[in-house]
Amino acid sequence: MDLGPHAAFIWISYAAVIFVVAGLVAWLIFDGRKQAAAMQELEKRGARRRSASAVE
Amino acid sequence: MQTLTQQLANPTRFMGLSARVLPWASAAAAVLIALGFYLSFFDSPADYQQGETVRIMYIHVPCAWLSMMIYGLIAVSSFGLLVFRHPLADVSAKAAAPLGAAFTFLALLTGSLWGKPMWGTYWVWDARLTSVLILFFLYLGLMALRAALEDESAAAKLTAVLALVGVTILPIIKFSVNWWNTLHQPSTDFTSTVDPSMRWPLVIMAMGFTLLFFAMHLKAMRNEIMRRRVKAMRAQVVAGRDRLAASGATS
Repeated sequence: MDLGPHAAFIWISYAAVIFVVAGLVAWLIFDGRKQAAAMQELEKRGARRRSASAVE
Repeated sequence: MQTLTQQLANPTRFMGLSARVLPWASAAAAVLIALGFYLSFFDSPADYQQGETVRIMYIHVPCAWLSMMIYGLIAVSSFGLLVFRHPLADVSAKAAAPLGAAFTFLALLTGSLWGKPMWGTYWVWDARLTSVLILFFLYLGLMALRAALEDESAAAKLTAVLALVGVTILPIIKFSVNWWNTLHQPSTDFTSTVDPSMRWPLVIMAMGFTLLFFAMHLKAMRNEIMRRRVKAMRAQVVAGRDRLAASGATS
């Protein structure tokens, strides 16, 4: 694909968007896993959520 | 009879509903963005003036749109917290801020990379560019203010006040190209100023990015709810340990 004399500007723009969005998605997934693991650990130690008896 | 907002105000119910919606929203966003990328590169023409660089528009415009929409969402959430004390309003505002900062950064960066070949410069201090830069600093300010305060309730209220004061930047950004003489082009009327061969890739990318944001926002809200539960449970464990220690000391 020939993107002309300004191809570098186009590729860098798309690469930056992909890089930042992928970074956000990875951060959200890892943060979610971290919080879920911490909750499980605390539940094992006997801590209960106030909403544990509510509709899940 | 509860309204939908009242039903969603329950974090436990929100967790259940969002767990069901999240995979569908993520999949729909991925499909739309993949289609948008294909159309942007393989099924849309080069512009008669800008040439191939017009392809930057397909990512710059959705990022710029999200940068403003997300701040609008934070402002509405902040209003919901301060006026209605909606339990999820602060969760929503806190979860949206880093996402808004990221998309505003991308709007600035892609705009700058589009500006260099078209305007001959990466940056000018014109009204549109400067007001979007201020929006970026506002996002950073919201995150910094929240991080600086230990009391979560006070941090939520102060951040909400700052978010509502800062919302004045949105009409300034929107109308800056009309009020002042700027290097940035005037507002785009999708129905008349963009050719259909470029309009559809742009609309599909904008829809895909918007869905992507909603999916990421749902996930970030879920993470924040879990973080608050973990904090409450840790406090419970510590309180239990203190009670045991106190009863051991007295016996």
